[in-house]
Formats: sequence, C-alpha cells, structure tokens
Amino acid sequence: MASENLYILGIHMTKFGKYPNRDLIDLAAEAAQGAFKDGGVTMGDMNILAAGNLRGTGRIGQPLQKQIGQTGIPVYNVTNACATGATAMRVVMMAIKAGEADMGLAVGSEKLAGVGLLTGANVKADGKTWTPEGRYDAVSATDGRIGTETMPGVFAQIGMEYGSRYGEVSFETFAKISEKNHYHSTLNPLAAYQKRMSLEEIMKDVMVAYPNTRPMCSANSDGAAATVIVSEKKLRTLSKAQQDRAVKIAASILTTDPWEDGCQVLANVNTCTREAAKQAYAQAGVGPKDLHLIELHDCFATAELVHYDNLMLCDEGAAVEHFNSGATWREGRQPVNVSGGLESKGHPIAATGIANVWEIATHLRGEAGPRQIEGAKIGMTHVIGLGNTCAIHILQK
Amino acid sequence: MPNQVPLVSYLVLGDDPHLIAHECTNCKARFFDRRNGCAKCFGTEFKDVSLPKEGKVRAFSVVHSAAPGIKVPFVASVIECGTTRVSANIINVDPKPENVKLGMKVKLATYVLGKDEAGTEAIGFGFEPA
Ligand SMILES: [Zn+2]
Repeated sequence: MASENLYILGIHMTKFGKYPNRDLIDLAAEAAQGAFKDGGVTMGDMNILAAGNLRGTGRIGQPLQKQIGQTGIPVYNVTNACATGATAMRVVMMAIKAGEADMGLAVGSEKLAGVGLLTGANVKADGKTWTPEGRYDAVSATDGRIGTETMPGVFAQIGMEYGSRYGEVSFETFAKISEKNHYHSTLNPLAAYQKRMSLEEIMKDVMVAYPNTRPMCSANSDGAAATVIVSEKKLRTLSKAQQDRAVKIAASILTTDPWEDGCQVLANVNTCTREAAKQAYAQAGVGPKDLHLIELHDCFATAELVHYDNLMLCDEGAAVEHFNSGATWREGRQPVNVSGGLESKGHPIAATGIANVWEIATHLRGEAGPRQIEGAKIGMTHVIGLGNTCAIHILQK
Repeated sequence: MPNQVPLVSYLVLGDDPHLIAHECTNCKARFFDRRNGCAKCFGTEFKDVSLPKEGKVRAFSVVHSAAPGIKVPFVASVIECGTTRVSANIINVDPKPENVKLGMKVKLATYVLGKDEAGTEAIGFGFEPA
C-alpha cells in the first residue's frame, strides 16, 4: 500500500460498566469530547464522522452531532456486529485514503448492562398449526433444538473444535485463561469488573455453556470509545506535542470468512482471523514475534485460546502449550489482554473495537500507569464480529 | 398413526428417517438451507443428497442457558457425518460433559417435538451414542 500513513491523534474510552442514567449519546459524547481533548483538536477539525452502534437505534451519528458540534460534515452510521467499532475506524481511514478528508472521528457506543444472554436470530414461537418458515422450512424454533445459537454455546464449541483438531483442551485450561484476564483487570480502573478470581472460583461459578462459566464470558456492559484519526500530511502541520503523542496505524485490515465446509453449522472465526493477521503483518512489515502486546477478542475464554493460533502467536496447534508457557500473562513474554479483556473490562459491542485500540495506544504512549507494559512499541488489536468479520489493527510508536 | 411434519425440511421422515443436504452440482459444496447460489463456487444448481446416519462428535457444549421453552441443560454439538458437518443436539444421554467425548460415535435419532391443533406431530432430530 503506497498511500500515506495514518495516525491516531486522539483517543478516549469511557469507563465500562452500568450507566442507568446516561444514554447512548451521553456516552458517545463523553468519548468523542475526550478524544478531541486528547488530540488537541475540536469538532471543527473533523471532515468525517463514522458512528457505530449495534443494539440501540444503530443511527447515533446525527444525534451525537447535536451534542458535540453540528458542522454539516458527512456522517456514516455503521453496524458490523462486534466489529462495529473497528469498522467505524476503517470508514474514517478509507475516507482519508480516498482524499475526501484529512481528519475524522470514529466512535462506538453501546448500552448492554443488564441484557441477558445474546441468542441467535431464530426465536420463532410455536403456532397453532405447524407452518414451515424461513430458509430451513422450520415449523418451530430451532435454537436449542438443533444445536445452539447462543453466543456462549457457539464459542464453547469453537474452543472444543480446536481440541478436535489438535488434542483435547481441558476445562481447567480454558478457565486459567479467564483467571489471567481477571488478574489483569485489577490494574485497569476503566474495567467494568476489577476483581481477581481464583481458578477454583472461576470453575465453580455458574455454568453458562460448558466449558464457559459466567466469569469466562464477556461482561455485558455500557460504554463508548472514540478516536480521532489523521493523515500524516495533516499531522505534520500540527504542534510538536500533538505529533509526539500520535500513534501510527501500521496496519488496518478487515476480512470475512471464506466458505469452508462446516461454516454453515459452526461460525468459523479461524479462517478470517488467520487471513486478516497475515495481511496485517505484511502491511505493517512486522511478524508475530515483533508484537509487544495484543488485545484480542476474548468474548469467551474458549475464543482467546484459538486466537493465539489464528494470530500466529504460537506454532500451529500449539495454543495450549503457548498459554501454559506463561507467555500471555502480563509478566510473560508477549502479554495478551492486559486490559482485562472482554471477560472483565466489559464488552459494549460497538465500543469494543475502538477501546482495544485505546488500550494499545495508551501503552505505546507510555501512559498506562501501573499496568504499563514497559517498552511497548508495537501492538495489535483484534475483533471478531460473528457472522463473520475479523478486524485487525497494528499500532506502532 | 398421526400426521407428521419434520422440524426442518432437511430431515426426511418415513421408514428410514435421515438428513439430506443440497449439494452444488458444480463443486459439491453442501448446504442445509435454501440457497440462491453456491457460497463456494457461485453455481446455481443443486441436487439433494442423503447424509450418512452415523457420525462422530467434532465439538460440543453443555448449554445451561437458553431461550424460553428449551429444556436445559442440553448438549449442543457439531457432528461429522462423512465429510459433512451437521449441527444437532446429542440426545438420549445425561447432559454432562463426562458423558460426551470428542470423536465419540453417534447416530441419528428422531423424537416427537409436539402436536399442533390438528394433532399433527412435529418431529425433531438429534444424535445419540452409537
Ligand atoms: Zn459450488
């Protein structure tokens, strides 16, 4: 890609958690105004706004403008499942690369606290007469009768399927991944939950979908994140202070899952992730071993394991060994999810793909305080949108 | 015997209940739902093929939390039937992790899901230990 580099100029995330008295726009506005302040710019500097929200109105861009600055710039409302925030970032980047903008705001906001289990789309109720409906001619609900469409169950099987390929993975191994992430969260004041949990507590907690117990599932929470992205050319016109804190976006890739047998019955998050990782490493000109830290999509503990392999952080088939080596703990060789991950930080869907960029950028800037990974210069973010989408960013300082 | 309808049209009832797939006539990719074109090769012609009634467990989860009306816990799974993967519950087994093993051999089984006002039975399917 010969075009100019893009940079994170400002970035901000709200604390994730419960906000019964604040709406989607309040949270988005806090994130956006925070990102402006962080980047030393105003709404008046933005040429484009991309706004992500999945489970609310899905159209928060224009309402947000009313609260932070109504300047007449183009607004793109985006949704792309759990990759919504990352997709909003890419919309801004594509506009800058296309020459339509030199600076833009990407924001993602979600209200999920108190929402129960996220099930599949097929919730057809039994009628008075069996009537075939839909693409399977189903006469009744199939979710729960023909396997499960619930996220904990789907991702449980994704983890188990890894065991089918490379050797069984124990419940305890998956639970230990969660133990790591909950331990990491104790240092992140913006995490929804900051409670250290023992392996025993995690394994004995409420079973949601074996092998995922409740603390091994992403925490439904409210939150927003926003970032100001700028072209290199524009960045060079800004102050030295602004330039010094800017973080280079060394790679930005989005893929979907190519057809493979089995993808129709179990979401394949492996193929799209592996392909996105390959492209991202090539674009950034780095390899997996060059990464100092990674924020990957641990929507469930079972998912984190398979992504060690998909992101090529370990040899093929060696994810369990990699985890057992201690590499992915914050004291390890290549920490993963030092924010606490979605299991403890929380997973306000549309905010997630920007919040993980905030985490990496904060470390690369050396501003992560007590949870700083010393000397971090290159980091990766990864999100999965079920359906499926994978988005990866590699950031470099 | 009451009238019966299958839960989904890829379950074929009768004397020998079995699953079918819509196979792309060009590349042999298989699909259970109605497709406008082949996701693999973009072909638009399909023919129905029968799947083996035996398979082995490729992945499973014991699901404890589900939509209203679904009895929990139950075992959701991916079954490998020959070269085709099928989504199904593992039934006729006490739904505990120790009772299901990756690679375990299973076979197709059907059951009555319920009756409608006319007395017609809907027939569901799962796989049980072989
Ligand atoms: Zn085909």
